[in-house]
Amino acid sequence: MYQATWRHTTWRFGDLRTLLAKATPLRSGDVLAGIAAASAEENVAARMALAEVPLRRFLSEVLIPYETDEVTRLIIDSHDRQAFATVASMTVGEFRDWLLSDSATPALLAQLAPGLTPEMVAAVSKLMRNQDLIMAARKVTVVSRFRDTIGLPGRLSVRIQPNHPTDDPRGIAASVIDGLMYGCGDAVIGINPASDNTAAIIDMLCMLDRMITRLAIPTQSCVLTHVTTSIEAISRGAPIDLVFQSIGGSEALNTSFGITLAMLKEGREAALSLKRGTVGDNVMYFETGQGAALSADAHHGIDQQTLEARAYAVAREFKPLLVNTVVGFIGPEYLYSGKEIIRAGLEDHFCGKLLGLPMGVDVCYTNHAEADQDDMDTLLTLLGTAGVNFVMGVPGADDIMLNYQSTSYHDSLYVREVLGLRRAPEFEAWLTRMGIMDPSGKLTSDHPSQALLAHAVGEAA
Amino acid sequence: MTNGDPWALLRSYTDARIGLGRAGSALPTSEVLKFSMAHAKARDAVRTPMDWTAIERELAALALASLRIASAATDRDSYLRRPDLGRVLGSESRQMLATQVRAAPELLLIIGDGLSSTAVAANAVATVGALLPFIRRNGWPLGPVLLASQARVALGDDAGGMLKARAVVMLIGERPGLSSPDSLGAYLTWEPRVGRKDGERNCISNIRTGGLSAAEAAFRINWLLREAFRLRLTGVRLKDESSYQLDAPPTMPAIRESI
Repeated sequence: MYQATWRHTTWRFGDLRTLLAKATPLRSGDVLAGIAAASAEENVAARMALAEVPLRRFLSEVLIPYETDEVTRLIIDSHDRQAFATVASMTVGEFRDWLLSDSATPALLAQLAPGLTPEMVAAVSKLMRNQDLIMAARKVTVVSRFRDTIGLPGRLSVRIQPNHPTDDPRGIAASVIDGLMYGCGDAVIGINPASDNTAAIIDMLCMLDRMITRLAIPTQSCVLTHVTTSIEAISRGAPIDLVFQSIGGSEALNTSFGITLAMLKEGREAALSLKRGTVGDNVMYFETGQGAALSADAHHGIDQQTLEARAYAVAREFKPLLVNTVVGFIGPEYLYSGKEIIRAGLEDHFCGKLLGLPMGVDVCYTNHAEADQDDMDTLLTLLGTAGVNFVMGVPGADDIMLNYQSTSYHDSLYVREVLGLRRAPEFEAWLTRMGIMDPSGKLTSDHPSQALLAHAVGEAA
Repeated sequence: MTNGDPWALLRSYTDARIGLGRAGSALPTSEVLKFSMAHAKARDAVRTPMDWTAIERELAALALASLRIASAATDRDSYLRRPDLGRVLGSESRQMLATQVRAAPELLLIIGDGLSSTAVAANAVATVGALLPFIRRNGWPLGPVLLASQARVALGDDAGGMLKARAVVMLIGERPGLSSPDSLGAYLTWEPRVGRKDGERNCISNIRTGGLSAAEAAFRINWLLREAFRLRLTGVRLKDESSYQLDAPPTMPAIRESI
């Protein structure tokens, strides 16, 4: 039992799961699940009660039973008590104060990560305002490597997302070339395929591999298909850089995705066996998003933000190159408005970073959400300030396959310019060599790269 | 073309917004306005209430009777926030169906507004019209066409279950994309009843000008219906053997559920 008293009113919360849900800043998904605070006052009272909970409590009161959920087992079994020692005596409220203080240095936060559980991080995020989420996340540097170095301070990488409704290789190549001309693509060139046919997936992988090899681009490719399809493709000799998978924070959700932790391990080992990385061996790309568990009826009465943080425990077990929270994709029944999407994006980025993940955010919305480009500009600017590792680059912000709006190639130029964010160092050098960028970091727009165009036209022919 | 502007060639391979040019780091004004108009069309598709009077008139011209029903979602806002309400009949509609529809139809046709009234206005009657000759040839008795407001796909389970229909075809406005605010979906469910899973339906997507034509859609709906009546099922075990790709992208499971 948890409680808070304010003046003459006492609020009681039966268990940690209920307390976390009631303390969460209001969003439509928790209302839909029937677990949100019933009033603004109850919401704040729950935060007051949560602020008093010792961090240790999260190690003894698990949200989904250890016996029935392999994500819980992973969280508990991999918890590093030694790393936890720094904050072991704190309450959630004290932890917030400490995170925002000068005592919480980047070096200390990096050491602390394995000592934190997703529930501790989710809990503290519920006591934080947007500026707190930005301030604390900004202190954490998480670097990952495959063919270039992603996540260095002052850097921002971009995924080229060249989707096409029928996976037309010429259409995809055209969108990739366009993206490279804007200096995008240092996070990954990653296609969401329309098809789940293994032969078609392999064709796309070969096309991207040809482009990366011929043009000597220091980046990696990915076709975002099911882990089992990637494993099958590897066994057929496909040139796979990164193995992709959507993951969630409960075993039931992962079952609905058709995966187990063992399958992720097998996928990672298969990709590692190819030894295709040049500067590092982070070979996994994960995507997550608040609301997925509720939509799959796999939420166990836990709020969507806490479940999202639990997905990050799954991610960190497999040392990913990229973790991407697709924040506004799922629709208004989970995140109703621009305000809710912005908040969720900052929470996810903060929680992932604190847990030691190379976090990126798909800053996005659907046409039935109460959001528009202005909201995305705001979130992108905030995330750039918070030190996000990477964002999406979609031609003109319009994904013609998945039917939603994300950040565009142009948007990445904007956020680089206003915040002075540079590309991955290896990629920056390549852009200069290709004459796409001048040494000051500006695009040389009047002289489009003839090599790129020639390659595109050759690919298209 | 290859000797001219290489962008013209590249643009011919995709509808993606490539080669847009720049104003500094930003989009040129003309592109900002084009994008805004596309978003405005998609927003209007979601927000504009369905004008059923026009649909009723067009159906009458096809000699089809129709009845209006509504889900338990009372307005657009609760429809968007509460998908569960869009999946069940409102109490008035439930009562009305109980009193007004007697014979169990072999095939129940429902037109639902879904997430795009634009799609329904543009494509629903044309699809029904193209489907009618097939229905008559197969001899499937048809009840009145139900016109459903604030409808999700699964509303067909509730209505079809009440009426004891053998199969239901729900034509419904799909989640509007920037380049396709007018896309209609057709969802086929054998023996509809509350609690059917998405995997127990077949779906034909992207029915619109520039996508799948009404005639093509009707051909495929008929093909699937004949198989459904033969196998007594719909869903993942009924494979659509035409070449069109129907599956939702496997990495993004939320798409289908959001209608």
